[in-house]
Amino acid sequence: MEVFLGRYRNITVLLLVLFAQLLMLAWQVRGKQDVRLIRVWAVTVITPIAKVIETVRSHTVGFAQQYFVLLNAVEENRRLKEELGKLKLQNQFLRSELEMADRVRALAAFQARSPSKTVAARVIASGAGVNSKLVYIDRGATSGIMRGMAVITPDGIVGRVLSVFPIASQVLLITDPTFAAGVISQKHRVHGTLKGQGHATCIVDYVQNEEKVEPGEMFYTAGTDRVFPKGLPAGIVKAVRPGRVFKEIIVSPTGLQHGIEEVLVVLEGVHQQIPEAGQQPAPGFSILPPPPAETTQALPTPNANPLATDADRLKERYRGIGAAQGHRFGEGGPPDFTINPAPRPPSPPAEEKPPAGSKPPAP
Amino acid sequence: MTDFSDELLIQRPRKDRAARYQPLLITLVCLAAILFQVYVPLFFQPLSFLELPLLATVYFALMKRNQLAGLTIGLLVGLVQDSLSHHPIGLFGIVKTLVGYFAASVSLRLDVDNPLVRGIVAFFFFLFHQAFFWLLSSALLEQRAALEIPRLSILALLNAAVALPLFALLDKMKGAA
Repeated sequence: MEVFLGRYRNITVLLLVLFAQLLMLAWQVRGKQDVRLIRVWAVTVITPIAKVIETVRSHTVGFAQQYFVLLNAVEENRRLKEELGKLKLQNQFLRSELEMADRVRALAAFQARSPSKTVAARVIASGAGVNSKLVYIDRGATSGIMRGMAVITPDGIVGRVLSVFPIASQVLLITDPTFAAGVISQKHRVHGTLKGQGHATCIVDYVQNEEKVEPGEMFYTAGTDRVFPKGLPAGIVKAVRPGRVFKEIIVSPTGLQHGIEEVLVVLEGVHQQIPEAGQQPAPGFSILPPPPAETTQALPTPNANPLATDADRLKERYRGIGAAQGHRFGEGGPPDFTINPAPRPPSPPAEEKPPAGSKPPAP
Repeated sequence: MTDFSDELLIQRPRKDRAARYQPLLITLVCLAAILFQVYVPLFFQPLSFLELPLLATVYFALMKRNQLAGLTIGLLVGLVQDSLSHHPIGLFGIVKTLVGYFAASVSLRLDVDNPLVRGIVAFFFFLFHQAFFWLLSSALLEQRAALEIPRLSILALLNAAVALPLFALLDKMKGAA
């Protein structure tokens, strides 16, 4: 036995290691559990380093580029070019500051105007693997982030939180093949499921061939997946082809069009209306819908008929019958309800008296 | 057998040529490779094709010329990659364990200081890594991603091209260590 183990030691160790990992995989897949300890360790080691590198990079790249530009200046124009370089440096710096301020302002304005409660986060790393569609953000459980929360930008949805660590979170992008979200088209209100494909575009699946979807039409979140609040932009239709049963709808995600550096994590989502077709949201601010039509119709107007319900109209009719017969309700027997009083001409609204016991309308 | 092939093929397993690396150096290089993979593609998307953790695993397994060391390096790099992915932990671990073991086995038979051999080994192990990962994720997790052989072949060529200067750079670190 010892001779056997000595001779086949390496292959035995290999098989044992593979077997252990297979067992671990099977345990995770079968029980839908995670080896959280290993993940927490790895992420806690990697993300702070990535954060430091990102901070150093963002503060030095602009200066370094300008420095190398100045190194190549012609000697005789050195002084002028130095001045020009300084101005360029300043300009570049101010421009980048302005761009950043614009982005932050847009994000803050969106955050303030959006009914959902959100928290801003910065993307600090991407996931491992060649085909990975994951990013890490610099907010974690300490910022109130939980698994399954939606991640958005003012331009549209970005993904959902997959794992949460103390100071970072893992976000699955909408382009990942395992991602899915319920969506609805803006123009024809067609429901479907947005799915990632592993590259830049997504598809909207489960839309019957008979349904109408046009290129250029926007898809918004439908709120049916209970991750994304209803009414957030998801993507714009690039191409539509009939399939066997369902249409093949290629969608370009609007949330990823301009890259992702800063994002918002939706802590408490509030559903919104889908904007009407042709009413494109303004970039950066845009997803708040107009006030719902039902609200404005339900508001009382001075000319509206106060007898809004059937019960009110019946009560008014009986009061008219009683008045025509000189009857006082609550005294003696009932009046003869078979005799209809002559219909009264409609009085102008200004002369209408409020029902007894009600307060006069406020001016 | 030609003289050229004799040069490439070592007749008997040679463990005496195993390079010595400090564990700290191996750890730092592997960590840097993983950091590169998770960070650089954020700003330069075309570099996302680079599988530096794999190349680091292959290099150290080749240089250590020890199957146990190779599989240990592959196992650890793979598990860290698994931790940073959304797959269950073990997929990268299994694949890279095998890569480390086989790369160390190859180094016992081939002259892995030869750039041609290094290029071919890097090309082969990239294809092996991607194909085996696809096989595992399809069989164990029922993920139905397409295996695009032409694209993978091009990526393998690119990774092999990067492997040559990278391995030469790591050779210099060996001297420094």
